[in-house]
Amino acid sequence: MLEVRDLRKSFDGFQAVAGVSVSVPEGGISAIIGPNGAGKTTLFNLITGHLHPDSGQVLFKGREVTGIPPHDLCRLGMGRSFQRTNIFPRLSVFENIQAAFLSHRGRGWNLFTPVERLYREETEALLAAVGLLDKAGEVSGFLSHGNQKQLELGLALALEPEILLLDEPTAGMSAAETRETIQLIERIARERHLTLLFTEHDMEVVFSIAQRITVLHQGQVIAEGPPDEVRRHPEVRRVYLGEAR
Amino acid sequence: MSRRIPWGALVLLAAFFVPAMGSRYYTFLANDVVIWALFATSLNLLVGYTGLVSFGHAAYFGVGAYTTGILMKKVGLPFLVAFPAAGVAAAAFALLFGYFCVRLTKIYFAMLTLAFAQIVWAICFKWNEVTGGEQGMPEIPYPDFGWVERVGTVLPWVGVYRTSEYFYFLTLVLVGACFWLLRRIVGSPFGRMLTTIRENPERAEFIGVNVRRYELAAFVLAGTFAGLAGGLFGIFNRGVFPDFAYWSKSAEVLIMTLLGGMGAFFGPAVGALALLWLNQQIVSYTEYWPLILGVILVILLFVFPGGIAGATAAAWRRLGRRARGA
Repeated sequence: MLEVRDLRKSFDGFQAVAGVSVSVPEGGISAIIGPNGAGKTTLFNLITGHLHPDSGQVLFKGREVTGIPPHDLCRLGMGRSFQRTNIFPRLSVFENIQAAFLSHRGRGWNLFTPVERLYREETEALLAAVGLLDKAGEVSGFLSHGNQKQLELGLALALEPEILLLDEPTAGMSAAETRETIQLIERIARERHLTLLFTEHDMEVVFSIAQRITVLHQGQVIAEGPPDEVRRHPEVRRVYLGEAR
Repeated sequence: MSRRIPWGALVLLAAFFVPAMGSRYYTFLANDVVIWALFATSLNLLVGYTGLVSFGHAAYFGVGAYTTGILMKKVGLPFLVAFPAAGVAAAAFALLFGYFCVRLTKIYFAMLTLAFAQIVWAICFKWNEVTGGEQGMPEIPYPDFGWVERVGTVLPWVGVYRTSEYFYFLTLVLVGACFWLLRRIVGSPFGRMLTTIRENPERAEFIGVNVRRYELAAFVLAGTFAGLAGGLFGIFNRGVFPDFAYWSKSAEVLIMTLLGGMGAFFGPAVGALALLWLNQQIVSYTEYWPLILGVILVILLFVFPGGIAGATAAAWRRLGRRARGA
């Protein structure tokens, strides 16, 4: 589904991502973990066209997509959410999701139809799926942090992606919120047959839902495999799990 | 659901009765306000809806004014051709300049719009053969209203006005049509895409919005309507001058937009009315108009960041709450 080959990126001489290769199979749930500053978010930004890699390749559905702009990647079926909440704060919850539908279905160049009438049902159905229907009319910038994260997930889903990249979907959430969000993500991924790739700092979350885990450390992959294998990996225990315990 | 009152249409209707009040001065002022209202609203498509601050919007106003002026005075084309031509010419310039401007963001975008506007001004100022140079181009003819006079021989109430008043009516009709179009545009899916760019361009890219292309489209549309406003203004002003494209004009229209409130569709129009009326009032009392304008701006920025429209809406909501609470 998604394949990353020897990706490299440095900022002012600092190697944030130093030759990373990851392969994400179709339909699975994969996770990328690593301590702070390991290069997870940079890797995401490279995959999603937000940054240009210095070298290396990104292949999506067998096609090279290295460095193509985000709006084109969206069209090919790649959706993402952000670590820091990234929504349209002064638009209502409904308008946020509706905008994503308008854009994705190519209605953005319509200069004449009143926007209120378009994609009402789709928007409401999606809001219901992410649990925000009762907040549809609220200004999204005033939502609680957890609700904003749900909205972000909704924005990504409106693009009907085949693969969903989630950058720390539970960052800043309470334990209860984290549990709910994870259940929500798992259910949606199952219902929509999505391939998931996410980064996470919460180990419990990662080991409970991921089928494959890649461990990054200082911009490099130090281990890769199913959760049990990764958990036992000596290098991982030393640099990462050891730190956490 | 209650239908909203069509304030815009009502104000436009009322504006048709200004000449009937019998004061040439009020008709003159109203005509000025109507044209500037269109100019400011066109700018708000960029500032208020797309989140792009242009310091050089007068360029397109100037291009429109010169286009209509040259075509009517030197080529002798009728208004029916020369007026749309103003929009087309301004759109062409906006497309050319905008292509470069949207590649930059924030202050760099603003400075580049200013730079292009000064280029337009310099060309108008120096190209004597075509633009009349520093002296500008006086005596732009009015559109031909002979047919109205002929209609007036048959119908009562039609042939009783002066040419400048016919032009005022024509301005109302054309600006009204432009407002209707702009309103449709900001209420369309395209308008919604622009607001997502204003809110969060990075995220907009990730819902599939080609941010640069939409910004360019907004830039061209804003330039087109500014050009149409300029076309009307040259005739209204009885002449076209290089300072139409000067940076102080760009600042003036930006101030109107902020004063009226960029968060509301009719905010900039209210700002145009407020600023021009205040100017007329205050200039008759004191020569310190720039000083007073400065004070107004300081108060505006600190106390009413939403402009007149924003402050009115807030007061309205407070009144509503009090009424419900009582």
